[in-house]
Formats: sequence, C-alpha cells, structure tokens
Amino acid sequence: MGDTLTIRTVAEFAAAGELPEVVFWTGCAGSFDDRAKKITKAFARLLHKSGVSFAILGSEEGCTGDPAKRAGNEFLFQMQALQNIEVLNAYGIQSLVTACPHCFNTLKNEYPALGGHYSVKHHTQFLQELLQSGRLRVEGGKFEGKKIVYHDPCYLGRANGEYEAPRAVLAALEGEMLEMKRSRKNGLCCGAGGAQMFKEPEPGRQDINVARTEEALALQPDIIATGCPFCNTMLTDGTKHFQQEGNVEVLDIAELIARADDLV
Amino acid sequence: MGISTLLFLALTGSAGWAFSRKVRLIRAKINLGQPVDRQDRSGERWATMARVALGQSKMGAKPLPALLHLLVYVGFVLINIEVLEMLVDGIAGTHRFFQPYLGSVYTAALHFFEVLAFLVLAACVVFLTRRFVSRVPRLQHPDLAGFPQKDATTILVVEVVLMGALLLMNAAEAALPGGTTYVISGFLVPLLSGLSESSLHAVVTGAWWFHWVGILAFLNYLPYSKHFHIVLAFPNTYYSKLTPKGQLDSMPSVTHEVKAMLDPSYAPPAGDAPARFGAKDVVDLHWVNLLNAYTCTECGRCTEACPANQTGKKLSPRRIMMATRDRLENYQPEDGLSLLDHGISREELWACTTCNACTEACPIGIDPLDIIVQMRQYIVMEESGAPHGLNAMMTNLENNGAPWPFAQADKGRWAQELN
Repeated sequence: MGDTLTIRTVAEFAAAGELPEVVFWTGCAGSFDDRAKKITKAFARLLHKSGVSFAILGSEEGCTGDPAKRAGNEFLFQMQALQNIEVLNAYGIQSLVTACPHCFNTLKNEYPALGGHYSVKHHTQFLQELLQSGRLRVEGGKFEGKKIVYHDPCYLGRANGEYEAPRAVLAALEGEMLEMKRSRKNGLCCGAGGAQMFKEPEPGRQDINVARTEEALALQPDIIATGCPFCNTMLTDGTKHFQQEGNVEVLDIAELIARADDLV
Repeated sequence: MGISTLLFLALTGSAGWAFSRKVRLIRAKINLGQPVDRQDRSGERWATMARVALGQSKMGAKPLPALLHLLVYVGFVLINIEVLEMLVDGIAGTHRFFQPYLGSVYTAALHFFEVLAFLVLAACVVFLTRRFVSRVPRLQHPDLAGFPQKDATTILVVEVVLMGALLLMNAAEAALPGGTTYVISGFLVPLLSGLSESSLHAVVTGAWWFHWVGILAFLNYLPYSKHFHIVLAFPNTYYSKLTPKGQLDSMPSVTHEVKAMLDPSYAPPAGDAPARFGAKDVVDLHWVNLLNAYTCTECGRCTEACPANQTGKKLSPRRIMMATRDRLENYQPEDGLSLLDHGISREELWACTTCNACTEACPIGIDPLDIIVQMRQYIVMEESGAPHGLNAMMTNLENNGAPWPFAQADKGRWAQELN
C-alpha cells in the first residue's frame, strides 16, 4: 500500500496563492461509482508517486454535460459546461487530466466553443508522459506471462484518434499483449456511449457489452484492460454474463500500473 | 448536315438538358438545408478530397472490393477519353476522328482501352456474383428491399452491356477487310465470321449508336440512383467534417438562452432564434447532411460496423441516409409528413451509442451520427420525449450536477477514503 496521501482541492491551492501543475478532473463515475472510484484512487496514487503537483475541484466539479449532450439536451449540456468553465477560468486553470474518455472528449473538444480553453489529457496519455520522462517507473515482471487484451474506448480511440498511448503504457507491464480482431479504429463499442449507460437498450438479439466481452474472452485473457469507467462497467457485466468474473479481471490501465508498483 | 448528325445532336442535346435540369433540382433540394460553415480550412479540404474521393484511401479497408472498385473507376475515367472521340465523331459525322492523327499511338490506346473495358466488365460480373451468388450480407439486407436492390443491379448490368457494345463494335471493325484486330475484341471476331460486309457495317453502326444512347440514358439515370456518388463523392468529401469525430457542434442559439438564464443582465443578439431546436424534418438538417444523403452509395459498411445493428437493434446507419434522401426527394412543405416517425423511428434513434463506427467505415465521409443527434435534440428539447432512463439521468444532472442521485457536495469524498 502507498503512503498516506492527502489530496488538495484547487480552492486550497488558490487560498495558498498556488496553482497545481495539473487538475485531476475525476468525473461523476470516478467520484461516485464504487468500481470507478478504485480507478480514481489508483491514478491519484500514481500522480502522487510521480511527484506531480495536482488538485481536484471536489464539490466545485459538475458533470461535464456529456450524457445530456449525447441524449440531445443541448440546454442542460451548456448549463453544465458554462458553470464548469466559469469555475475553471476563475481559478486560471490551464491543464486538466481525466480518467474518463467522455469527460476528456467534452472538455477538450466541446468546451472551447463555449469559452473554455484548456490543455486536456487522458490519464493514459499523462501516464505515458510520466513514463517517458522518467518521473514514473514501473517494475515489470509482476505481469510476466499474463495475457492482457486492451479494449479501445470509442471516445478515446475513434473520437480522438488516441490508440497508442494506452498500449504504450500497458507495454511497461511486460505482460503478453493480445489484440482483438476489432481493435483500434475498428474497435467495437462496449454499448455505454451516447448516454446508453443511463437507459435500457433498445430491443435486439443481444446486448452490445455481451458481444464485445465474448470477443475479448475468445482470446482467453487473464486481464481485460481498458481506459474508461463505463467500458469497465459494461465489460465487467459481460464477464459476469459468461460466468468468467472469477477467471478474468477487467481493470483500468491506471489500476494495472498501480498494482505493478504495489500502490493498490 | 446528315440526318444521323441531326439525330445525334438532338439526342445528345436533350439528354444534356434533362441531366442538367435534374442536377439543378437536386442542388435546390440540398439548399433547403440549414446553413453550416464548411468553408474553413480549404487546404485540408482539398487534401481530404484528393485522398478520399480521388485516391479512394478509405476503400482499402476491404481489399477485394477496393481492387474491383478501382478497376471500374479507372476504367470509367479513361474510357471516357474514347467517349470524347465518339462525341467528336457524332458532331463531325466522322468515324474514329483521331485515328489518322495519332496512328500507332491510337492503336495502342485502343488496345489499352479494350483491356480496361474487359476489366470493368469482369469486375461488374464479380460484383453481381457477390450480390446474388455469395450474397455478402450487407448487400443482401432488408435496407435494400425494392428499388435500391434493382438500382444496384441495373447499374452493374448496364455497365456490362455498355462495355460489351464497345467490344462488339471493335470486333465487327476487325472483321471488315483491312480491319485492325485488338487485344480483347479479337476473341469475338470468329463469332462474326459468317456476316457479310454490309452486315458488319450495320453491327459497327448499331453498336456505336447503342453505346452512345446507352451513355446518355445512363447519364440521366445517375441522379435518380445511388450511382450519383461518382459525382457527389467529390463535394461530399470536400465538405466533410474535419473536427475530431467525438466533437459535436455547439448550438449558439442555445448558448444565448443559457447565458441569459445564468446571468439576467446578458442580452442575447436579436433575431437569430431558430424555428425549432434539433431536426424533425429534412429541412431542419443542415445542407451537408442533405448532400450526404444524395451521396450515399448504399454500400452498407456503416451498418455492418454498427454495434447496435450487429446485435439486432433496428438502427441501420445506411437506412438513416436512405430515409433522409427519400424524404427529401418527396418533400413538400406542410404535407403532414416528416422525417421523424415517417422516415426514421424513435427506436432507431435511441439505439445509437454515438461510437462513430459508421463514420469511420464510410468510404466517402458521410456522417449519419450527425443526423441522429439532431433528431434526438428535437425529441428532447421540443417534445421532452426522451426514454425514461434518460429523463431520470437528466433530472439528476439538473438537480445535483451528476447523472446519478449523488450530491455534488460529496464529489471530493473519495479522497477522504484513500488512507
């Protein structure tokens, strides 16, 4: 387990007349969903271990508005966005990092038109930079012989063209990397995007998460890795559907790296 | 001027007039769409068009169809050089106008065109085989029931017949005394061996006219067909979305209203409120959506890649485009119909995961997702008609800034659970 870790808010930094190097945008899933909170904590420990000065907005962080926008409610989206932008701009925040590709996409691509201009990174991009600069070191070996298959989240992959950073970070684990036939730009959605996470699926033959998990399980992996809290939920449910939850773990890349370093 | 020249000019002129009239009508239909700024980044737009339309870069995802399509495409473009000569011959009343000027180059070119014609013909036969014998699922799909399947068959059969006429004409000429035998049509010469010289002349003339009238007829069929993509793929790729796939457009009209809500002193600019939010009908969509609809070649790669469709949901991105085009073709103001519910059902719209597999799969830059999102916007913002689960999510978002019923005040609470 890691050291005792105290997370400061942006407000606390501001009160001390400081600005953090980066703001960790935790997102709603990362803050409230029990499974996703583990990802949030793992990433926070990695930031701390790397000596990154970071802060969270805490109670000043609202939903980015992504699910409202994808559901068609532009009013609600912009209400959320304009309030968040007001907070971020008031603190003079320039850099954001988030472990949610939906927050990442919205903050990076949809906030600028509303007056929010920030450098936004997905946590796998941030981890890749920390590894490259040597601020973070990963002990390989622990995952030797472990078969790891990576599922591309749509909002990181196709939506923003980031296919390599997550794979580069996973490579540091020195496990055996597998690829599904439908990967990178041909990756199959987990079924959660476009606000589907919050509604029942439309009638069909099969649930999308089951189809995607089936494809991953066919490779007989030990670990299904992903970089999105919603993909994580969908694929975890998928392993339960096939009664494989005892044999295959669905883990976020941040959790895997933290585990390699005995941080979680 | 002989009677045949008159006939040629009359036919060609009226075919050209009819084609340009239909093209102007389609242009007017597309201009029924709402404005959208796609005039920016012209360098990137030209490059996209060169790469995706001219260079067919996205076809390569499926190597066999890519090769076959390339053959038909290159054949079509290059054989048109020969068609140009037919135009000159038709007007001047000559036969093979360029032959005396070009000599051996002309002969070489004809050999080359014959090889191309044969490859086009062979590719079309393989295409027909894929459609009706091996029955590639995306080409034998409920989306294509009725006219669309007939349309695809018509195009392929017409191309086979036109190429056949070209080869037959050359074969008949080769069979005449002193005729030149070309590389492909040479194989057809024995079939004509019993014919008299005058019959052979009749075959040459007949095949020539058949080919020319066939081209004119095909030209006029184009704008009614998915085959119109041979023209519209170019503007369509030019005006395609250049921003990241995940980025949905912002609605400035909404921004003014939201700013006024958050700050009562904010004065929104007068006179730019839209008739309605989102899209109920084709005229609420922007003109690039409508250009997309006329450009769609119904190949079904989008539908094949769609996770909703793969798992048996009703949504088919191809059908979104086809329904948009059908509605636009028949659109009358105040006709009591609309794209929503009459062309596209709510069940289809709510099945989308916005994953962008469809936009990635489209070889010519069509964006079905943009239409789906605009129609959702209409349902939600004008009708409050979202499915139950989404209404619950939105209520939470409004009340406590998260899609679940957790207080925003607790958003940093996880940090206290760390140690």
